[in-house]
Parts: sequence; structure tokens; C-alpha cells
Amino acid sequence: MAYRIEVIYKNNVLDPTGEGVKKSIKNFLHLGVDSVKTKQVYTIDAELTPEELELVKEEIFTDPVIQESSIGQFYFTDFDWLIEVGFKPGVTDNVGKTSKIAIEDVIRRKLKKEEGVYTSTQYLFRGGNLKERDIIRIANEFLSNSLIHRITVMSREKWFQQGISVEIPKIKGKQDVKVMEFDLNIPDDKLMALNRERTLALNLNELYVIRDYFKNPEVVKERKKFDLSDKPTDVELEAIAQTWSEHCKHKIFNSFITYKDSEKTIHINSLFNSYIKKATEEIGKEKDWLVSVFHDNAGVIKFNEKYNLVYKVETHNSPSALEPYGGAITGIVGVNRDPMGTGLGAELLINVWGYCFGSPFYDRKIPEGLLHPMRIREGVHKGVIDGGNQSGIPYGRGWEFFDERYIGKPLVFCGTVGLLPQKIKGKPSHIKTVDPGDLIIMAGGKIGKDGIHGATFSSEELHKDSPVQAVQIGDPITQKKMYDFLIEARNLGLYKCITDNGAGGLSSSVGEMAQFSNGCELHLEKAPLKYEGLQPWEILLSEAQERMTLAVSPDKMDEFLKLAEKREVEVTILGKFTDSGKFHVLYDNKTVAYIDIDFFHNGLPRMKLEAKWERKKFDEPQLPDSIDIGTVMKDMLGRLNICSNETKCRIYDHEVKGLSVIKPFIGVEGDTPADAVIFMPEPGARDGIVLAEGKNPSYSDIDTYYMVASAIDEAIRRIISAGGNPEYIAGLDNFCWPDPVQSEKTPDGHYKLAQLVRANMALYDYCKAFKVPCISGKDSMKNDSIFEGKKISIPPTLLFSAAGKIEDYSKAVTLDVKKPGDLIYVLGKTYDETGASEYFRYIGEKLRGKPYIGNKIPKVNAQSAFKLYKKLNQAIKKELLRSSHTPVLGGLGIGFAKIAFGGNLGIEIDLSKVPRKDISRDDIILFSESNSRFIVTVAPDKKSEFEKIMEDVDYAEVGKVIPEKKIKIKGLNGNIILDEEISILKECWKKTFKEL
Amino acid sequence: MVKPKVLIITGYGFNCEKETEFAFRLAGGEPEQVHLNDLLLGEKSMDEYHIMAFVGGFSFGDHISAGKVVANKFKYNLEKSLQKFISDGKLIIGICNGFQVMTKLGILPGLNGDYRNQKVTLTMNDSGHYEDRWVHLTVNKKSNCVFTRGIDMMYLPVRHGEGKFYTEDEDVILSLFRNNQVVLQFIDPRDGLPTSEYPYNPNGSIEAITGICDPTGRIFGLMPHPEAYWSPFNHPNWVRLKIDNKLPEEGQGIKIFRNAVNFVKETF
Repeated sequence: MAYRIEVIYKNNVLDPTGEGVKKSIKNFLHLGVDSVKTKQVYTIDAELTPEELELVKEEIFTDPVIQESSIGQFYFTDFDWLIEVGFKPGVTDNVGKTSKIAIEDVIRRKLKKEEGVYTSTQYLFRGGNLKERDIIRIANEFLSNSLIHRITVMSREKWFQQGISVEIPKIKGKQDVKVMEFDLNIPDDKLMALNRERTLALNLNELYVIRDYFKNPEVVKERKKFDLSDKPTDVELEAIAQTWSEHCKHKIFNSFITYKDSEKTIHINSLFNSYIKKATEEIGKEKDWLVSVFHDNAGVIKFNEKYNLVYKVETHNSPSALEPYGGAITGIVGVNRDPMGTGLGAELLINVWGYCFGSPFYDRKIPEGLLHPMRIREGVHKGVIDGGNQSGIPYGRGWEFFDERYIGKPLVFCGTVGLLPQKIKGKPSHIKTVDPGDLIIMAGGKIGKDGIHGATFSSEELHKDSPVQAVQIGDPITQKKMYDFLIEARNLGLYKCITDNGAGGLSSSVGEMAQFSNGCELHLEKAPLKYEGLQPWEILLSEAQERMTLAVSPDKMDEFLKLAEKREVEVTILGKFTDSGKFHVLYDNKTVAYIDIDFFHNGLPRMKLEAKWERKKFDEPQLPDSIDIGTVMKDMLGRLNICSNETKCRIYDHEVKGLSVIKPFIGVEGDTPADAVIFMPEPGARDGIVLAEGKNPSYSDIDTYYMVASAIDEAIRRIISAGGNPEYIAGLDNFCWPDPVQSEKTPDGHYKLAQLVRANMALYDYCKAFKVPCISGKDSMKNDSIFEGKKISIPPTLLFSAAGKIEDYSKAVTLDVKKPGDLIYVLGKTYDETGASEYFRYIGEKLRGKPYIGNKIPKVNAQSAFKLYKKLNQAIKKELLRSSHTPVLGGLGIGFAKIAFGGNLGIEIDLSKVPRKDISRDDIILFSESNSRFIVTVAPDKKSEFEKIMEDVDYAEVGKVIPEKKIKIKGLNGNIILDEEISILKECWKKTFKEL
Repeated sequence: MVKPKVLIITGYGFNCEKETEFAFRLAGGEPEQVHLNDLLLGEKSMDEYHIMAFVGGFSFGDHISAGKVVANKFKYNLEKSLQKFISDGKLIIGICNGFQVMTKLGILPGLNGDYRNQKVTLTMNDSGHYEDRWVHLTVNKKSNCVFTRGIDMMYLPVRHGEGKFYTEDEDVILSLFRNNQVVLQFIDPRDGLPTSEYPYNPNGSIEAITGICDPTGRIFGLMPHPEAYWSPFNHPNWVRLKIDNKLPEEGQGIKIFRNAVNFVKETF
């Protein structure tokens, strides 16, 4: 029996959700209404007595202080239109899940497995003279996403006539279990058709290798023992395709590449091995703190005598483009499972996030199948906010970057820092073992069709018909329960190996762990399902969230199961690890996959690719002779990539756990973004973890070599600026690239691949020079979208995340100026490096309606930079600095503004004193984005000691902090070129995203 | 003298257990984290403790209404032990999500000795969203709240989406003020007075109320997080305090926990 309970706020009580909708539809859709009220609707599909139903309504769903409710429809009639939004069958309904538990508590009995609760929200609109088409726009463009939601739209009249019927969005219909075989001995065009139909994302050569493997007489003979033919089953084909996907195997990074530029031809045998891994291995010879890099779910480094640090950053781009909230929440709770599945399982300490979007103020038509960047931005933030906050993990770093080319494919970076005690039960915690006979355990959520083909799907460009199953919604509470349980089990030594179920599901997790023991026997029918009707291959590949796979030795099994039961975490024995050399999968005791472990993991043929580099030439702007710096400053401060996004950031928790030392926003009013953040590893510690990152996708327009050099330098100098030790910084490289494989669809693949090669060359050169090893990384290589029949590729983007250490965080430095009279210094030289800068983009937009790019890209002299960083660190350790800031986008000009904003004190600057080379314009000094620079302040009594340390690096005293709350800048010719109130400049910087 | 034993309830999405434990330890207590299910299954008993802490977090994801699901778990399974704990004169503190649980469970405000029926609520912020920011608070010195003895003002972070203190019943509000059960109010730092102005009152709480106690002063709930200011280095501007030589020895939030611990030492 199904019942509907409707809950509504009492008459005088503010309905913030309704108010929010009212405001948003005015902002986004320019539709004004008088009021929006909301109803929470719970559709209960369970056998309840009338008394129970009444009890449930009152005790669970109604807050007696502010709400009223009814069984059946609540008689509220003061509206013109209503929209009800619920989930489609099979979509995760987190509130529904909790509601079922809550009902069981109150009626004191368990509900049946198939009984449940489904939630929806009703929005009631009054006034504004809305027409049906307006309401449909509100429903489709703002309140719902047709991939996951079902909606009901009704006028008041219609509601009076027929009301809303009780519907249960349950997956119905049972399918017979069927395992298909595929004959791969077919012509190429048919092979490729099969490839497309099943979203295998393989190329012909890879399909040949698979075909040949199954024809191999040895293989045929062995498979025959288990009643398998010489044709792969769907389970086998799908499992191989997932394992061999770009997402899992990084085919482009591991290919053979011939790179040509005007000077040379180079043959590269794997970008990963030749640059990234090579640099880390070479640096590792000098650093004793690399514990485990590149082979586990996240990199592991030694932090202090007690703890290792674990860090991983991932992207979740394609799913976030389709369903921003679901994609993003899955992104953050997904990356949480990486440290959780590293070594014996790390405790989750800090999250980081970063997003690349199209402009939220984009005002042209958005093509079918894509969402407006404003909506993507809102949804992505909300997803990561809910995921992080509900998991009780503070965020440390968060940033946004805007460029129109991200409109079809936003980038959603999510990362997590974990803490791993070096020893657990006396054993090194970073070492995993699996022995034959150990049991395969799945813990956490159940399996549904969610996320099927995620790995292969993300290895393709996005199109209108991208598979809907790829959309999932993470459930942080189920995961938190599992995590709490796993940490308890870990500390009791109840398991030997753990890994997460992410892309590729059980196929990947069990497949990876089976490498330790060299084999497995997996029984798919034992897996707990969300609903019936899943085929074996779907169970194997499902990317349903909140699941970990573990190896538990049989003698610990009882204790493990008992604890799980007590903590209400679902765990299931799915089979055992073996040493058979086979990835052996069964369903109801019938073999459905039997593949050599070695072929499964190492059988993938490597691609051979070509790369050609040709430097592009761009127009240099004709800068007007005189420019009003006041106007430029105000405009620059309001630009999307410079302005404050504090409003959004404050919706994220940044200090749960009580370990935060330098917060993301600092300064007198707590509104200025810090260069880097610092966290204690545990309560009571004195050493701190320093986090920062660097990215500048704009520079890729000119040369990805310096885009990467700049990103690495930025991450490092942010850490240095806060007080981090220059000798202890670990890096993470996240590459997001457009498809760089030359094809009909990608006629400029050679150039894009050359961009990738040059990026890797820079990664090697600068990581080596700064002695910063990359401990983990990830690539996402198909960031293209089709936009009005035209392909739009994202600018090649490297996010370089850095984790550093400060031995004594009480010596940390922040960017806000502290006291009037303090001296302001600029450290490091300013060059005429305005190529691809925010300033050139601004000038171009202003003068000719589109950005200038220019050619003088910011470079990095690692040698002089590293020397400066060590000196600065020395000065910080001696506590000679009052503040330190490293300028980024918008250069010194924006940097000066930020230090004044933070301190809420004025500053006086003389540009003629700024150390520079070949610059004769004030605007270039102010807005050049040269790397490796700092703006610091020093108390007058520390001047000589400070200058002594800086003796042989480029530095100069350029002004001082003043009590008057103004920024005053003197130009090269001695005239005052800026004299403005801080409050006015700050308002320019805040207004862009004040309400957003 | 007894060593004050503190029960810190964990599980189901509570997430401030570690720092709350640490804060109680710094304050001289003997805290222990206990999974809610261990209480429900009878493996642990409230009886063994002097202080119970409902910590911050997102129990059950704030689904349906923040704190509601856990409140029902107590109401339908642990009601007897809970009422005994209260009548034994022991201490209960609820922070953020814990405060939400306590109001929905009805153990606060405890007017006229009624510890069973919900009288006030903590509901969605006027802004419609979660927010993390530090706020200035005034402490009612006339209150007999055990936890805030000797404290005038506090500066603590709030971190919640449903922290708006609300009731439409004016008698309840009047009683709360009359009995000095209003313990904490948001203030505008410029004049030191309770305010309804954002962001100083970040959620729209009526009468700027963000912390109340029961008539005995032994049961206390608050939305701000004292455990998040256990260290002087948690202060968002400690760097500036340090330059002015004003960096305190310990985080201000510890006082709340020490008051509780000392009360137990004096009383039991």
C-alpha cells in the first residue's frame, strides 16, 4: 500500500527554500513571482496500520513548532501553479533511505526489503502572471534535470479537479539472467559497430588483440573446462574494455610518441615513464620521505615520526556536465575513498576542490543537451558542499577558473588528504597483502545500474546521447557509516587489503587486488542488489557508490562480520582470492568470465602517436599611451578570475575537526583568500600540513611548457609564502586535456599531443629543479564537446597541487598587512610578461570585444626562484616578516590590493622602485604576471636583518603601510596614478559574486 | 574526587567527536567515544558517565530535519536511561547537531520539568544554506548555566545550515528570558548588543538566541562550536593577536568544557 505524506511550513514561518527559488528564478530566468512555497512529500510504500501512519507523520516528518502535515494532499490553495519534482526509478534517494530507517525506529519493527520511502518536493507559485510555458521553463531549466527527475506540473484548477496521484518510482519487472557471447571474427566495420553499441571505447587494434586472445588454442582449451567457448562473454568483453579504458590504463600517457618541433625530433617511450615517473624517481634518491608513490590509490609520504600523509586529487568532469549536483557529490565522496583505500586505509583529513566553468553570466543560447554554466556552477558547488560537509571533512583549498571553452565540459577537481599512522598493529600501514584463500569482501552500499560504463564513458567526448546510467548521486552518510566502521576494523587488524570501487566497479577493484595473490574466484549472484534485474556483467561493472572491496583472512571473518553488523554496515563475502592466475567470475556457480590475470592487466597493446609542435603567433595589443589605472584596477578586481568568491566558499565547512590553523579566508574581516592553508595533522601537534595549488590554463594558448612551469611555481611559492619548508613539498599532477589523438574528429591532434609532450617536459624540468616529487596524479584526456555542430576543446589544463610542511605553525605568515609603518618589499623581478595575462584579456575585451593573447608568456627561472624561496623561508623562520603574499593573476596590482584588503589598512607604493627588467609602463609593472615574486611587509626594526638575508637576490623596498585606508600608487614618472579608498576597491572585488 | 567521565556519542554522521574528546581531555575530563549503537544494544550504559555530549555533525545527513532521526532513536529506545541521567543531576551538552537533537528530543528547554516534548526548534537558516563563519556572542551572566560560568563574551565559529532558533510561542520565549535560560546570543561587535543583522546573526535566530539551558543549568545546547576553538591557533586572526602579544594560552572554547568537568568534581 502506498501513502503520501505532505509537509508544509506554517503560515507565518519563513520558507527559505521557497524564498531561494523565488530569488533564483528572478536572477536566472528573469521571471518574477509573488511567492513560492514548498511542500516536502514522502511517498511511503509499505504496509502500515492507520495508527502507525499517523505516528510516523507526527513523530518523524513534522516539526510541530514550524510545520503542518497531512496524510494525502495538504489543503493549501494559495497558489497558481505547482511543480512537483521527484526522482526517477533507480536514482539514489538519500532522504528516502533515511526515512525508512526512521520509520523502523518509531514503529519498532523492520520493514520488508521491497518496502521503502520516496521523496519529492512540491513548489507552489503564486502571482507574476506566469504562463504554462514559464512554469515549464522553471521546471526544466531550474528545478529539475530530466536525467534523474520526474516532474509534475499543474495549474491550481487542474489540481482542484484531479489532485496528484500517489506514484511509486520503483524499478519493476524482472529480467532473466542472460550471458551473451560475442563473435569477434567479423569485419572491421562490424567490430566498430559493436564497440559503439556497447560503449567499449576500444580501438580496432585493441579489439584484434582481444579477438586473438580468445582464439589462442591454450586459452580455448582452458576455457572449455568451464564450458566457455572460443568467443568472449559479455562479462569478459565488458570487463576487459573497462580495464583497458583510457580512464584506467592511461593509454595516451603510456603510448609511443614521435615528437617534432622546428629543432628536433624525439622518440618518447611513455610520457609517464619518461617524464613524471623519472623525475620522481630521481628526486626520490635525495628525499627520504617518499613512502609509496604511483602504485596505490593515492601517494604516500612520511610526514613526521608518527604519521604518513596520503594525498589524491581526481576529476569528475563528464558526470558533472550532465548532472552537476550528482556528478560533483560523487566526485568528492569518490575521491574520499582513494585515501580510504590506500595502504590499510587512511583517515580522511582535508578536502580540496577546484572548478573550471564557462562564465555564469553567459548570455547566449545554450545548445540542446548542455546546461547553462550558472546552473552547472550552482549544482557542482552544492554537490561538493553536501559531500564534504556531511562527511565531516573540512575543505582546505578551493578555487574557480572561468573560460568560455569550459562551457560544454566543466572541470571538477576534487581531492582528499588522508593521514595514515605509520604502523597499525605493529605492521607498516602502507603495505597491502592478499594471500590465496583470503575472502573477497564488499562493504558499504548495494549495487544498481548506476554508473555503468563510467570508465569508458569518460574516455569519450560528451554528446547528446551520452549514457544516462553514467549519472550517480553519492550518499555521504552511507559512506560515513562505512568509513567509521572500516577505521575501527583497521585498528583491530581485521583485514589485510582494501581498495575502493570506483571506475569499473568490482571488475577493477577485485581485478586489481587479484594481482597480489594472482587470481580470484568471484561469485556475482552473492552481491547485494538495489533492485532485481541486473545482468551479471552489470553487477561486475556497476559503479554504484560507497563501496570498498577488502581481503579478509578466514580466521578474522567472524569478528569482521560481527562488527559490521553492530555498525549496521552491509558486508558480503563475494568469493575468494586464489593463485590460479585467472580472473574467474561465476554466476550461480556457472563460469561467466575466465581471463588470464596477466592478459587482463598487461595485454593492452600500446598506441603509437605523433606530435608536432609549431609555435603560434598572436596579435600584440596596441596599448593606449595613457591608461587610467583607477578604472583598470576596479575593472580588473571585478573580473571572474580575480574577484572574491567568498560567498560560495563559506557554504563549505573549513574547520570541522578543529585542526585548521591558517584558514582559507583570513585577514581582519576574514574575507581575503590565503595564499595557502595550514592544518595540524592531529589535535595538539605543532607541525602543520601546508596546502596550495597552481594552475593557469590561459597560458596554454601560447605554450603549455610555461603553463606547466607557472603552475608548478605558483603551487610552490604559495607554500613558501605561508611559511612552508622548501625542502619538503610533494606535488600532484592532474592533467585535463582535449583529445590529442589525430583523427577525422580531431584534425589538430598532432598539435594537441605536442602540447601534452611539452607539458610533460616542463613537469620533468621544474619538478627536478625545485626537487618536488609528484606522488600521485591523474589524467582526463577527452575534454571536448560538440557545440552547435562545432567541436569545442578545453584549454589544456594542469592542476598542480602541493602538500608541504611547516615544522612550527606558530611561525606561519599570512598575506594581510599588519601595522602602519611596516615596510613593503617586492621580492623577485618583474618582466614584461603579459602574454595570456588577465590584463591582456581585459584590454582586448575592452578595446576590441575579444581577449588579446599576446606572446610574452611568463617564464620561470627555477634556479633564482629556488634561491629566493630558501631565503624567504629563512626570514620566516626567524620571524622577520609581518606578512607575505605571492601575487598570481593580475600581478602586483591585484596583489597590492589584496594585502590592503586583508589588513584593512592603507598602503603607499612607488612603482619606480619595483625590481624589473625592460619595462617602461606602469600598467605592465602592475599587471605583468611574472612568476616567483612576493610582496612582503617587515617591521622597521627588522629591516636590516631582513635585508641582510635578501642580500643577493632581487628585492626592493617599494613603500609602506599607512593608517589611512587608501591605496596610493606613484607611477614611473613620479605622479600619483592611483589614490583610492580600500572600501571602494573592495566592493568592486566583491560585487561580482556577492549574491552568487 | 571523581574523575569526570564523559560520554561522547558517535556514529551515523556525527563528526566532531575527536575534537570534542580532545577538548574535554584538555579540560581535565575523562572522555570516551561510544558508538550510538553500543548504547542501543546495551553494550554501554549512560549510567557509567557524568557528562554526556551530543556532538556536532550531520547525523543522518540532516535528512528530514536536522537531529530528528537520532532524537527518535533516543526517544524510542533510551528514554528511561535518559530521563534518569537528567534526574540524577548529571550534565548534558549538545553542540550544533547535538543541540538540534536535544531540542527535537524535548530535553531542552525543559520548561516546568518537561523533558519530553519539543517546544522550540532549530530550522533552516534564513539564507537557505549552510555557512561557516566566526561570530561574536554575549553570555548571560545571570544564567545558572553550569557550562558558561565566568564567561562574558565568546568568539566562536558557527557551521550549520539549520541553526535558526525559532518558536512562535511567545510564552516560551518570555519564560526562557525570565528564567535566564537564554545563555548565548549573537551580538553586533560594534555595539555589543544582540542583533538580527546578517552576518552577525548568521541564521536569523529570533532574539539572536543561539544557546539555551534547562532551568537547572545542567543541560546546555548551543549552535556555535566551542570545541573548534580549543587551540589559540584556531582563532582566524591568531597571527594578528600574536603580533599584539594577545595570543591566549589556550583556546577560549575550553572554558566551557572545564566548567563542566569542575562541576562534576565539585558535585559528585
